[in-house]
Amino acid sequence: MAKESLTCELAVVGGGPAGLAVAIEAAKRGVKVGLFDENQKPGGQLFKQIHKFFGSKEHQAGVRGHDIGYHLLNECQRVGVDTRLNTVVWGIEDNRIGIIDGKASRIVDAKRVIIATGASENPLSFPGWTLPGVMGAGAAQTMMNVDRVLPGTKVLMVGSGNVGLIVAYQLLLAGAEVVAVVEALPQIGGYIVHAAKLRRADVPILTSTSILEARGKEAVEEATVCSLDDNLCPVEGCERTLKVDLVCLAVGLSPLAELCWMAGCKFTYLPELGGFVPLHDENMKTTLPFLYVAGDVAGVEEASSAIEEGKLAGVAVAEELGYLKKDTAEEEKDRIRKRLSSLRLGPFGDMRAQAKLELMRTRG
Amino acid sequence: MEEKANLLDLSQDTGIMSKKELEASPGYPSKEDLEKGPVVVVIECTEEIPCDPCETVCKRGAIVVGEPITNLPRLDPEKCNGCGLCIPICPGLAIFLVDPTYSENKAAISFPHEYLPLPKEGDEVEAVNRKGEIICKGEVVKVRSPKSYDYTPVVTIAVPKKYIHEVRGLKSRGER
Repeated sequence: MAKESLTCELAVVGGGPAGLAVAIEAAKRGVKVGLFDENQKPGGQLFKQIHKFFGSKEHQAGVRGHDIGYHLLNECQRVGVDTRLNTVVWGIEDNRIGIIDGKASRIVDAKRVIIATGASENPLSFPGWTLPGVMGAGAAQTMMNVDRVLPGTKVLMVGSGNVGLIVAYQLLLAGAEVVAVVEALPQIGGYIVHAAKLRRADVPILTSTSILEARGKEAVEEATVCSLDDNLCPVEGCERTLKVDLVCLAVGLSPLAELCWMAGCKFTYLPELGGFVPLHDENMKTTLPFLYVAGDVAGVEEASSAIEEGKLAGVAVAEELGYLKKDTAEEEKDRIRKRLSSLRLGPFGDMRAQAKLELMRTRG
Repeated sequence: MEEKANLLDLSQDTGIMSKKELEASPGYPSKEDLEKGPVVVVIECTEEIPCDPCETVCKRGAIVVGEPITNLPRLDPEKCNGCGLCIPICPGLAIFLVDPTYSENKAAISFPHEYLPLPKEGDEVEAVNRKGEIICKGEVVKVRSPKSYDYTPVVTIAVPKKYIHEVRGLKSRGER
């Protein structure tokens, strides 16, 4: 049964770091914001990120992810964001979104919509990949750090990007044994300091190695890994079978951009940013005049960048809706852009910085 | 353990900063400074990542990152008094403290240690190097975990002086 429609000036889809940041920046300038999230709790993936963040003081470096999450939630409450949890956004048409609110479906009419739905973990298929005990590294991290359930005691981590390295370390802290981290490429993907923590704890990190198969009667009991040659093909005779009850896949993330596709904004394909990403300008506006994006959906990075992108979009929307003077808005946006660029410096960030530039150039 | 032995011939020397890389980085003290003491901060940070809490936390200006934020932290051993505040704030757990003057034969090495159970002062532990190999016994001489460290305890162990370049942690007993 259709309930009456809701109206707000800015509808934010997704209550993770980007969505919360957008909502706060816009609401504190007077924009009437509605924030919609399908989960029971807001915060997106922040509450499972129990590690201290990199960055500078302005990015809250040295502070643990979940504490940054609490800070954002308090701010949201303080500035009066209408936050609706357990609410699925099922569709978008022009500047209207469809939500399921309890059992009823209704329409939200908004002047601007921002999609901040984040990203999802990439799967990896191999014989046995559907066995219980094979899961995304992010899923294991949620079970362990949010739900306090250790999903396995002997772990094989597939992928050595920062997600793989950080989750492997947190599994050790939670009392599991990490039998090995394997990486298909010849070099470790994430930061050496994260890898060094694992090595000090006697965890082998095997580069040019990947998983061939997981086996077990009802759940994972063992997994076979194998060295790979220069063409990433298994080298015969280099198979090793490991007794493990958990295989974690940390093989990248892809933007969760279904709503953007549905809305009809233009995309481009940039592997550096996780695949297909909606085009956006330097204010995070897509190719549709009412639609913005922020965070991983606009290109997979990390939580600190997602927060900055959210702030940028929040200020831009407040300006568009007449709550901020152009000069003030430009000054504020410049400050945010500077902080954002500083997170994209160095050998790890530069690739993303270039890809973002290309994305903005493509939008024109 | 059986699994690890099984993997040995596949294993490659990855995930460890080489002596050469460390010595070339501006946060790593010279061999002379490290052996002279009294307390020397050792920063094992060799990649240009955007991160500077070590600089922010140091009230004496002994660690400088500057602009751009991807600069490797530069240590000025003259200004460092060995307070160790930089150890728990480093998101990479990449900062250590070495006191080669701890006793006639022993040096004290401090490192971040987030594993449970936390060792106690007086415990005998197995000291490990960067590869997690047990290289000697150590005695726990201090365990600090004030609120400001935000659940990153700093453990200090005394080990034979000759291992100051090697020991960077202890073998966790683990709660399995």
